[in-house]
Amino acid sequence: MNKEDYLNLYKKMYLIRLFEESCGENYSKGFIRGFLHLYIGQEAVAVGSIDSLQEKDYIVTHYRDHGHAIARGLSTSGLMAELFGKETGVSKGKGGSMHLFDAEKNFMGGHAIVGAQMPLSAGFALASQYRKEDSVTVVYFGDGATNQGTFHETMNLASVWKLPMVFFLENNFYGMGTSVERIRTNGKSFSNLAEGYGIPSTVVDGMDVLAVKETTKEVVDKVRNGDGPALIEATTFRFQGHSMADPAKYRESSEVDEWKKKDPVESFPNYILSKNIASQAEIDEVKKIVNDEMASAVKFATESNEPDLNSLNKDVYL
Amino acid sequence: MSEISVRQALQRGLSEAIENDPDVFIMGEDIGAYGGAYAITSGFLEKYGPERIKDTPISEAGFIGAGIGSAAAGLKPIVELMSISFSLVGFDQIVNMAANIRYMSGGQINVPMVIRAPTGAGMQLGATHSQSFETWLCEVPGLKVVAPSNPKDALGLLRSSIKDLNPVIFAESAGLYGAKGEVPEEYFEIEIGKADIKQSGTDITLVSYGHGMPLLQKVSEELSNKNVSSEIIDLRSLSPIDYDLVNNSIQKTGRALLLDTARKNGGVMAEVATNVNESSGDYLDGPILRVGSEDVPWPYNRKLEQHAMASVPKIMNKIQQGYSL
Repeated sequence: MNKEDYLNLYKKMYLIRLFEESCGENYSKGFIRGFLHLYIGQEAVAVGSIDSLQEKDYIVTHYRDHGHAIARGLSTSGLMAELFGKETGVSKGKGGSMHLFDAEKNFMGGHAIVGAQMPLSAGFALASQYRKEDSVTVVYFGDGATNQGTFHETMNLASVWKLPMVFFLENNFYGMGTSVERIRTNGKSFSNLAEGYGIPSTVVDGMDVLAVKETTKEVVDKVRNGDGPALIEATTFRFQGHSMADPAKYRESSEVDEWKKKDPVESFPNYILSKNIASQAEIDEVKKIVNDEMASAVKFATESNEPDLNSLNKDVYL
Repeated sequence: MSEISVRQALQRGLSEAIENDPDVFIMGEDIGAYGGAYAITSGFLEKYGPERIKDTPISEAGFIGAGIGSAAAGLKPIVELMSISFSLVGFDQIVNMAANIRYMSGGQINVPMVIRAPTGAGMQLGATHSQSFETWLCEVPGLKVVAPSNPKDALGLLRSSIKDLNPVIFAESAGLYGAKGEVPEEYFEIEIGKADIKQSGTDITLVSYGHGMPLLQKVSEELSNKNVSSEIIDLRSLSPIDYDLVNNSIQKTGRALLLDTARKNGGVMAEVATNVNESSGDYLDGPILRVGSEDVPWPYNRKLEQHAMASVPKIMNKIQQGYSL
């Protein structure tokens, strides 16, 4: 990794952070409606893992999807416009926060039924295998999804068919307001679930972008080489509530404070400086670029038109 | 022309799709080594190999979803369900994924997929195996739903369904797999969304689909004995429905008997009746008549099951009461 690589990781994490903060602000102002789930605190997971993927790889994710979309390189203008419900949004204002797509970038959603994205993702992996292509599918899901039947069905399918896919568990220790201790009988690790299906698993510190990147690369390389599916569990934490409607009464603020000490967006610049990888001025320059990008994304979303009412019946059938 | 069964027509359609398009593959429970619960894919595994004929675990949500993903990636999966009742286990994938993904992605993602499933009661399979959920799936925008009643329509609709770039639910009447009929040798397709006039007549229009059609044939014969001329319409496509053809017929005859073999409550014919009422109300000589199966869970006992099903006497009574015919 050279200096640009480090700065690029920081840039993406900082961009997600600012994007999410802007979403929160515009939600309060009423420009964004519906359910809004922020990714603040988990940035290192999406950025580190997606940085290790190739353009031909498929990404399928859950409803807390802004971070993955930005890490994949979807335009922040198109994303913000989607959240504003504008016709210039990535899904023409028809999807909203939980349903972000960019087929050209193999970013296949944004899925809002917990665990439902897993069977779908097996299909992308199946298509790669069927066509003898070496693309890999990465499906993201939370700890809450591990109790859905679809998670188990898909692990079994992937294992018996040796599908080229990575199950990427973002364990932020809360499924909405329910802590993992309350829904798991044998501790916090989920790796034994994969074991039961003959799928190898790795646990990684999801607050450490470099560790996530390295682990993902190792695992994805093996999957790409035909070793069959694998599971990565990244331990992480969302600093805010489940959604904008959640005051997070189910957890102590001390727990949040403890995790905030590992805030990847705060700590990574310090790492860069301590290792003399880049200067403060160079980090500030990245921040300025990101600030400018966010300002123009919000401007674009604000100034874009709402969808024509005639578009209501379009995109139902081809 | 040759006379073949619905099963043979489906086998012909599936074989040619596999042979002509490398993106087509078939997936489902026991479709390979076992040959299919209703023997539709008997011999396919030996002929086309395990990549094209994929046996799946008993895992409907899993393999329906995998079919949807592979379709979104550009393949053309044909997914077989052992029973349309089992669609319930994968309903979230069918509705929230297959049907919604195109719309909620702003038209970016297509799902060119066919889900084939036997439907209907009459074989003493009890409540969980006898339902007709094509009626539920008709409500979902983004899906097309077809239900052939004879070998020619089965082949023509299967060809169209496989070529269609939208997800298509292909509801096969389980009781009609052995039904025979003439099928042209030369290539043909039947457009999704087009109903068919099976018999022309002047006094009453009889409408149904799937295994309602043999019943209407018998009703028509009984009416004919009473010098009543009936026009018989096979909807063939339940979403979209060919309302033009139905209304044109009813505007001509002035009378309509609509038959659901599914439960009457929430059946496809409730929609047809409303549309006819709105579009052809002024032409009607009396109320639109509707017959369906009883609104009960399907019983196992043969007499009870037969009693729950729509039948020729029930339909004749309805017509007698409604139109004094």
